[in-house]
Amino acid sequence: MPGEAKSDVQLALELLKGNEEAFTQFVNAFHARLSQYSFLMCGQKEDAEEVAQETLLKVFESIDQLRDPNRLKAWVFRIAKNECFMKRRKSVFAPKIELSLDDLRPKRVNDGEVHGIQIADWTALPENLLLDSELQNALARSIRELSEIYRSVVLLRDVEELTTEETAEVLDISPDAVKTRLHRGRLALRQHMDLYLRTAKGGH
Amino acid sequence: MNESDCGRVFALLSEYLDQELAPATCEELEEHLGGCPECIQFVQSLKRSVQLCRQYGECRTAPPIDPEVMAGFRRAYQEMLARRRSSQ
Repeated sequence: MPGEAKSDVQLALELLKGNEEAFTQFVNAFHARLSQYSFLMCGQKEDAEEVAQETLLKVFESIDQLRDPNRLKAWVFRIAKNECFMKRRKSVFAPKIELSLDDLRPKRVNDGEVHGIQIADWTALPENLLLDSELQNALARSIRELSEIYRSVVLLRDVEELTTEETAEVLDISPDAVKTRLHRGRLALRQHMDLYLRTAKGGH
Repeated sequence: MNESDCGRVFALLSEYLDQELAPATCEELEEHLGGCPECIQFVQSLKRSVQLCRQYGECRTAPPIDPEVMAGFRRAYQEMLARRRSSQ
């Protein structure tokens, strides 16, 4: 991205002033994010690009209605979430299933020689920023397999790195509900990935 | 090792990783982790799993935007600015 990344507040203010550079910067900063978010949320590549474009269009049509520039990110993702819901496909949005913590704890193994918890070797994963495509696919699959109430929180908090408060605002739930769902969502994702690492060609 | 301590720790791990626990609770939790290799192993896997999500977020790419679509964004933007100017 050319130039220094502006803070969300600066970016929103510049956009409202009619700064052409801010317009391009905004598109560059949010297009890929929104398309990734919608892909993981809706599960369809073609929906993802459409959602990203419709969201950007709505943002430019109505950014003058954003009261507090500090809330730019939450405001944008709220629009994206609503666009995703309009694309809602029955097969993708599975019924809500509440996860219990007990189901998310690793099983204990105790067969004489080996005892402890059943867990993959997570230390073998590469530390570098760019994940290889197989790992990326496994992760995307695991995220998409989460039931929607957990997936929406994990995506905003851990992939998009919104704060608890911003996430609560996007999803219209309390900060405490964000925390509870985040914990269960993370545990479920960890469980999926643990299984992947133990069974698939997990030997990275 | 006390099984119920592990369960209590298990319920608090996200708040622990996000550094949202009260200092006293955090200390208690770390004391347990110090003596429980299984919980340590688990918390490391959870931490790594959260990191993977962040790394995944950094890996995003999108195809270039069609010039016509881009022109539509620009039009919407200009119209919003014009409306804003005329209302001021």
